[in-house]
Order: sequence, then C-alpha cells, then structure tokens
Amino acid sequence: MAAAVKTAPPLRFTGVVAEFANPKTLTDAAKQVREAGFKKWDCYTPFPIHGLDKAMGLKPSPLGYIVFVGGLTGLCLALLMMWWMNSYDYPVSISNKPLFSVWPVIPVLFECTVLFSVFTNIGTMLALNNLPKPYNPLFNVSEFARVTDDKFFIYIESDDEKYDDHKTESFLKSIGAVQVETVPEYE
Amino acid sequence: MSNLATHTSYDPPLVDGNPSFHDITEWVSVHNERKAKPYWWAGFSIAAMLTIMLVTCFLYLFWNGIGVWGNNNPVGWAWDIVNFVFWVGIGHAGTLISAVLFLFRQEWRTAINRSAEAMTIFAVICALIFPAFHIGRQWMAYYLFPIPGQMGMWPNFRSPLLWDVFAVGTYFTTSLIFWYTGLIPDIATLRDRAKLGSLRQKVMAFLSLGWSGSMKNWLHYEKAYTIFAALSTPLVLSVHSVVSFDFAVSQLPGWHTTIFPPYFVAGAIFSGFAMVATLLVPLRKLYNLENIITIRHIEKMNIIILVTGSMVGFAYMMEFFVAWYSGVQYEIYAFVNRAFGQYWWAYWTMFTCNVVTPQLFWFKKLRTSMTATFVLSIFVNIGMWFERFVITVTSLHRDFLPSSWDYYSPTIIDILTFIGSFGLFFFLFFIFMRHLPVIAVAEVKMILPQADPHFYEDHAGDGHHTHESAPTVKPSHS
Repeated sequence: MAAAVKTAPPLRFTGVVAEFANPKTLTDAAKQVREAGFKKWDCYTPFPIHGLDKAMGLKPSPLGYIVFVGGLTGLCLALLMMWWMNSYDYPVSISNKPLFSVWPVIPVLFECTVLFSVFTNIGTMLALNNLPKPYNPLFNVSEFARVTDDKFFIYIESDDEKYDDHKTESFLKSIGAVQVETVPEYE
Repeated sequence: MSNLATHTSYDPPLVDGNPSFHDITEWVSVHNERKAKPYWWAGFSIAAMLTIMLVTCFLYLFWNGIGVWGNNNPVGWAWDIVNFVFWVGIGHAGTLISAVLFLFRQEWRTAINRSAEAMTIFAVICALIFPAFHIGRQWMAYYLFPIPGQMGMWPNFRSPLLWDVFAVGTYFTTSLIFWYTGLIPDIATLRDRAKLGSLRQKVMAFLSLGWSGSMKNWLHYEKAYTIFAALSTPLVLSVHSVVSFDFAVSQLPGWHTTIFPPYFVAGAIFSGFAMVATLLVPLRKLYNLENIITIRHIEKMNIIILVTGSMVGFAYMMEFFVAWYSGVQYEIYAFVNRAFGQYWWAYWTMFTCNVVTPQLFWFKKLRTSMTATFVLSIFVNIGMWFERFVITVTSLHRDFLPSSWDYYSPTIIDILTFIGSFGLFFFLFFIFMRHLPVIAVAEVKMILPQADPHFYEDHAGDGHHTHESAPTVKPSHS
C-alpha cells in the first residue's frame, strides 16, 4: 500500500526498515543481523528466496505435523459417520449386503481426509502467519510498496533489546543497505 | 518453490527476454489496471448472453421437469451426465499442472498454473450444475448430503453416486482454496500498485489479507503450498476414478470394466490440457505474454496431449480386446454396437478426434505452431465430449431386453443448455482475466536466474545487478 499522506507527526517509530539491492545482498545481510544478536526482525521479499530461511536461522515450519493430525481427524470422523448412519442409527438392508464393510467406505474416507487436511492447512498457515493482518506499520513507508514487486527489505523492530536508533541504522548501512528508513506509526 | 531450483544449465531459459523482476510485475499487472479492450467487451458480452440463456434453460427445466430433455427409457442418463463428466474432466489439467507438476519439480508450470487452476474451478462449476438439475426435485438437493432430516434417514454410503458428491465437492473446495492461496501474494502486488483509496486498492487489500512478503510468512506459505500439492495429487487421480465408478460399479455391459478409472483419468488430463491450450494460445497473444508462456511451454503441453491421447487410444482398443476375450455375448455386443451400431458416427468422431488427429503432434513443426495447436485442441475437446456420449448412450440404448431398446436424441433445450454452459465458463474466465493476474507473478519471479543468491557470485559478486547490466547469456549457460 502506498503510504498515506500524513500531515500529523507520527506518534512513534516502530523500528527501521532497510532496502537491499538483490537476493544475494539481502541473504548476506540477514546472516549478519542474526549474528549481531537481534531477535525481533524479519526479511521482506517479493518471492521466497532460496537459503534465506537458513541465513535467518528460521526453524522449519511445523505445518506438516498439524495437517497430519487434521487429516487423521477427518478420517476418523468420516468412518464414525458412515458406520453410525448406515449401520447403527438407521440401518437399511440393500441386496442383503453387510451393513458395514470397509471397501465401500474407502472413497468417502479418502475425500474426508483430504477435505479436513485442506481446511487445517489453510487455517493453520494463516494462523501461524498472523493473517489476516489488517494493519502493519510497514505500510506507512512509501518505498515498502515495492516489496511485492522487486525490492528486498530487512525490518528491525524497536522493541528488540539490541535496538538503538542510530546504531541500528548505521549497522544496516554497514552491511550493504541501499537505503534505511524509520517506520512511523500514526494515530 | 524456492527449494525446488532444479533448472539445469543445459535447459533453455524458462522466461524469454531476460526480464527483471519489475518487468514480470509490469507485464502481468498492466492488464488488470488499464481499461478493457474492445475484444474483451465483445467476448464478455457474448459469454454473458449465453449465460443468461443457460439460466433461462434451467428455469424452464425447473418449471417443467426433466421431460424437457431428451432423456427417455432406457436412456435415463444422457447429455446431463455427458456434460458433467466432460466439464469435470477438463478441470483435471489445472490440478495436474498446479500439483503434480509441482511435485515433479517442473518449473515451467509457473507460467501456466494460475490460468489453468482458474479454468479448473470454472469447469467444475459448469460440471456441478448438470447433476444438480438432473436430480429432478431440485428443492430436495439437500438429500445428497448427510444432513439430519425429519425422516431420520441418511444417504446410502455404498452408492457410487454419493461417493461422487463427496469427491467432486472436495475437489472443488480444494481447488478453490489452493488457487486462492497461490493468489494471495499476487493480489498484494496489485494492492501495492493501486492508487491509494481507490476501489481496487480496497478490494485487493481485503483479499490479500495484509500480505507483506515477510520471510517468516513465506516459510509457512511454501510449506502449505507443498502440502496442498501433495494433497491435490492423489485427489485429482481419485476424482475421475470416482466419476468412473458411477459407470464401472454398475452391471451394464460396456460400463462394468476395471479399466475405467485409469482410462478416465488419462482422458481427463488429455481433455484438460486441450482446453488449457484452447485458452492460452489466444490469451498469450492478446496479453502479449509470449515471453512467459513461450512456444516451449505450448510444445510441452502438446507432448502431454500426445502421450495421454495415446493412452486413451490404447484404452479404446483394450476395451475391444477384453470384450472379445471375455467371451460374454452381451459384452461383445455392447462394443460391436458402439462402433457399428446406430451411433457409429459418434464413435468414429470420438476415435478420429482423440486417437488419430493428436498423433500429428509427433511432428515438431505442428506442435510448435500456434494455429495447429489451437485447431487440434478444439478437435480434442470435441472428441472427448463424444467419448462420454458414446460411453453413456450406447450402453444404455440397447438394454438387456430388446423390447426396451430405443434411440436417444437431444432436444433443443439439451443443446441450448450445453452451449450455455460454455457461456458460463467463458463468462467466469473473462472476469478472471480482467481482474486477477493471469500469471503467478511471484512464482515466475522465483524461477528467474537472478532470484537465486548464487547467481550474483558468478558475476564478480558486485551485488548490484541491474536489468541493464544483465548478461544476454544466462549464467546457467556459462
């Protein structure tokens, strides 16, 4: 979002955002920010960059395990549903076939497993990413609008213990930032 | 995605014209931002009128009942199920491109996956309306779902028709969510380019969920994307298998065969890729996307059409062999009747369009020609519709009792409804191509050589690579 034209002075600054020229300088800088001991910081890129997660020291996403549990829940619920409906609550004998058998329930078991996994997947992904996130102070920086186009950024929050206005700015410049901006927050 | 960089040095570049990241954004987004061209209005208006015709046909059917269709006894399933299977099948190419090719690390898929996935969703919508209206008492449609009712009865889970409800329902939901997940970063791109306070900016801000491109977000996002692909891959194979169970689980000669699931899946991919070609050959021209959807992409799709078309042809011949080998006279009759009975013309149309003409793609000249691709893809679309017609109608119109035999022909309502479903499909596609990025922008950027940090090491590590200084020969070639 292009920055709104604000006439009032900002309430406070939530941190500094530094622009980097390309994926390589960003990855190298991320390594140094991490080694400098910062905790509350993140990289912003138009597309995921190969190796940046390692440079930032991010742990692999736990999403797979959570989705597995979601899928298993779908499987069990579907099995319970089909057994309960067709052979317990209202049994109907059709051509004297057994009221419950594994083979005819397999397609629906599979579909329900997939359906529950899909909902778990999208729900957990959004929750882990704090999305939807209607407000983000970074959107107040006009240059930041190009993060979804072709620019690469590192943002260090002022809440970080190591944060210090001028030192952090000059540190970011020393590790190859093209441009450093403070991130304002308005009423 | 990022961990899938497998493009090797001997491959040609994935995107032509050596674009910068910004070029990709520009090439794709500009079509959503400028005023619609006359061709768009023309196409959109025709599609909208045909959609109105579709709605009218269904209202007419809703008022009068299924008798307005040509369905008779014994042909109780006719164009409605033919159209249903036809449209569901078309959807399969989109999922194959988005999921299966992703798992197989086919990076060229990024150029075509967005529009193919959109095609999937629109095709499944067109498919679902046919059984929804064929049930007869449409106001009782909730009987299809396990919802508690005053009679205390439940659906019969041993019925393949109910499996179909679950299979196609899950397929539609999954495709829609997968598609939307892929769209989030690209909608954010449109949001950031829109004028502040404009309607588009507000809508895109809402739809992008506040996406900021955070690497912490990308990490979970990529994982979710991979899981979607892993879930969709068995799903797409299962959906048309379950659709084929509608036929194969019955006792009817010509339907009751074990070859149906793989044969239906191959046919679905075949018809789907043909529809992707039908849509993308004009689209790449109209939207000047020849650098992203290159001739090499079209050629790869044509090879898939050739392979799956040959599989379908093999299945046709295998069916005849198995019918003869079974020694069952009803089974043999069903197939002889298909090829030489009253519907011989439908069978040979199908055979020509599905087995004979796609073989022309053995010639490199034809599979790299846009005109040939477009014309042959139309042939495949026609052939695959006739395949479903042949399977459905020829087995039914010769019942076990010769006294029940009858001939089926469609009514004008059948024909108008089917044409109207194309209207709905293109109506939705025209809206999509106007308002959403037709190319997965973030994914295409990711497969550019300069997206890989190692790219800059080969260039004296100047770290200030710009478009102007980009080498004309890609680094992977040096």
